[in-house]
Amino acid sequence: MKKSSAKGGLKFDTKWSYAPAPETPDHIQLKEKYDLFINGKFTAPSSKKYFDTINPATEKKIASVADANAADVDKAVTAARTAQQKVWSKISAAERGKYIYRIARVMQEKARELAIIESIDGGKPIRESRDIDVPLAAAHFFYYAGWADKLEYAFPGKKTAPLGVAGQIIPWNFPLLMAAWKIAPALAAGNTVVLKPAETTPLTALKLAEILQEADLPPGVVNIITGAGATGAAIVNHPGIDKIAFTGSTDVGKIIQKALAGTDKKYTLELGGKAANIIFEDAAIDQAVEGIVNGIFFNQGHVCCAGSRLFVQEGIAKEVIRKLKDRIQTLIVGDPLDKNTDIGAINSKAQLNKIKSLVQIGIKEGGECWQSDCDVPSKGFWFRPTLFTNVAQSSTIVQEEIFGPVLAIQTFRTVEEVIEKANNTPYGLSGGVWTDKGSKVFKVSSKLRAGVIWANTYNKFDPTSPFGGYKESGVGREGGLHGLSPYLKLY
Amino acid sequence: MATKTAIKNTSASASKRLDVKKTYKIYIDGKFPRTESGRFYALKDAAGNVIANVCRGSRKDLRDAVVSNRKAQNDWSKRSAYNKAQILYRIAETLEGRKAQFIDTMMKEGYKESNAKAEVEAAIDLLVYYAGWSDKYIQVFSTVNPVESSHFNFSYPEPTGIVNVICPQNQALLGIVSHAAPVIIGGNTCTLVVAEKHPLTAVEFAEVIHASDLPGGVINIITGYRKEFIAHASSHMDVNAIICSDVDQEQRKTIQINAALNVKRVVDYSKEETASPYRIMSCQEIKTTWHPIGI
Repeated sequence: MKKSSAKGGLKFDTKWSYAPAPETPDHIQLKEKYDLFINGKFTAPSSKKYFDTINPATEKKIASVADANAADVDKAVTAARTAQQKVWSKISAAERGKYIYRIARVMQEKARELAIIESIDGGKPIRESRDIDVPLAAAHFFYYAGWADKLEYAFPGKKTAPLGVAGQIIPWNFPLLMAAWKIAPALAAGNTVVLKPAETTPLTALKLAEILQEADLPPGVVNIITGAGATGAAIVNHPGIDKIAFTGSTDVGKIIQKALAGTDKKYTLELGGKAANIIFEDAAIDQAVEGIVNGIFFNQGHVCCAGSRLFVQEGIAKEVIRKLKDRIQTLIVGDPLDKNTDIGAINSKAQLNKIKSLVQIGIKEGGECWQSDCDVPSKGFWFRPTLFTNVAQSSTIVQEEIFGPVLAIQTFRTVEEVIEKANNTPYGLSGGVWTDKGSKVFKVSSKLRAGVIWANTYNKFDPTSPFGGYKESGVGREGGLHGLSPYLKLY
Repeated sequence: MATKTAIKNTSASASKRLDVKKTYKIYIDGKFPRTESGRFYALKDAAGNVIANVCRGSRKDLRDAVVSNRKAQNDWSKRSAYNKAQILYRIAETLEGRKAQFIDTMMKEGYKESNAKAEVEAAIDLLVYYAGWSDKYIQVFSTVNPVESSHFNFSYPEPTGIVNVICPQNQALLGIVSHAAPVIIGGNTCTLVVAEKHPLTAVEFAEVIHASDLPGGVINIITGYRKEFIAHASSHMDVNAIICSDVDQEQRKTIQINAALNVKRVVDYSKEETASPYRIMSCQEIKTTWHPIGI
């Protein structure tokens, strides 16, 4: 068992101390109990059951949330169907767009509240929820709002029609942002929606339901129901659903694809990844180190497109790893609401256990494990930023998605070698290339079998930019013009 | 050529000559092997006479074909759009020159002469149509995305990879061309499981592509019983997409269930016009690249 720590290296923490700078949560409005948002109203679940959503940084309960059963799903689907046929398909496309613009505006007005709730419920640093999740979510609505009355320009030679009712199941890593990615294009295309947020992070979606009420969105156009896997399965299997949009693990994606076999339901799947982040010798090293850190530690590594496999060209490996360790040593792990925090809480105990067990496997298989020796709070779910060297292509932690702050580092000599290694995975969601040479960027980025390539940058997102995977990382695209077609019938 | 039409067109004395009968073999990796299984099925005409003993392809043939597809994929997808267009156009030219042969063969397989002629001509024209898309569909379906941050961001289609095709049963030639042309012009490689009743047309089409500078392994053609291939073609883990257009409901379900093993794209061309860039796009992946703008 090899495990070394940073002790004896640079001691940034003694030189750099930060006073706490917490965002105050005193102005946010949360109810103690949330019902299901069906047909424009919060409705008690037929199951009569509720579950708790907790703050992963304190393990304290925030609110109880309704657990929707199959009967509730049926109600939501019926409301969505009625709204699609009687209201949403009857109003003009321009008016449809205006509703979506309204949603974007109210979200912007309440951005601060949404950001705080996102950090409390999911554990992500306020810096990220404030600067990335919430503004991007609003921007998604704003972007797709404008498409509603311009769909005829998007698909040459085709007319468009909505599919009907979209069932949407989203994960816990970007709760509000994923809701926006799903709902905005669906509505712009003229569909109505039944959306299920993840069971550990339902609150911002429920706040979004309140925003939809405030925006006067007609009842039933968007229904938001909470629950765990069984609720999701009831949505997938409901005969009144025309389309399933799922973001989550490849394992569950395959179950959904299989469950939809023999039906006429369309689907888009945005699944797991194990992205290669490739650093060439001619890269700007300090920038690349920042990119590596952002690539793997953004959102605690709970990112499907995380740059979890680092490939460093041999000649600079020592230098990059040394600088990387020094940089990681400065990362602040702790209170998600503190504006200085770099890495927040792990989303759930289950996820923390999964990360821990994969790291143990990594050590058992001979990987050399290094961790920052930063302090972490005593309560809550935390995992120190971690990297592995001395791993092989066949190592479990190189093959499997960890979905946590754990980086596996390998080296390479030639361009051909690194392309071969980078593509040697069933996944194909994203990748990173760092080099100062433009022609090399184009060669490598065109040869990586992945849907999103970041060249000399990493983990950037935008409503106009399509996102989605090759191979087992999924089917279809979200965002941009290409994100419209999964919600339209072209004829 | 000793078919009725051939006799009519030459002279009566030709009938005294002993025919040289052709062995119809499958087409994998630019070669014409027999099925490794050694099995055959007898193709009969309407009167019940055996026209040919046709290879009854096997799972192993399909696996060999996919290996060759993978080997060929990198080179083919790297070919320039212009080069791919010219090769497809070349296939059309070669087919045009063998029109009479195809009409003849399709008549053996039960076509009326007028229908055979119409289908061969439609197939040739369709090849020309898709050749023309080669250097255009990327332009039509790409975007430059005006992202908020200071990045140059663009999205364009790339081939999905390896595609297995369960060809339609009732179109001897057009069923192949309408399913293979959009797939390969998009840089994919494919293995076709062809119509059981029309294996001769399929193998003769293999001869056409073999003579048209299409690299080996870009299109492989396997004859045999469709029902034996449904499960194998859809469950192969190195295949990225499967096209099935006229399979029955049970077969479609099997294909979709197996496709989930490795998240294969399941494509149905029956709802899309024969000549349409959206056929090309159904076996494409959109890649988005970000690059900072700065000094």
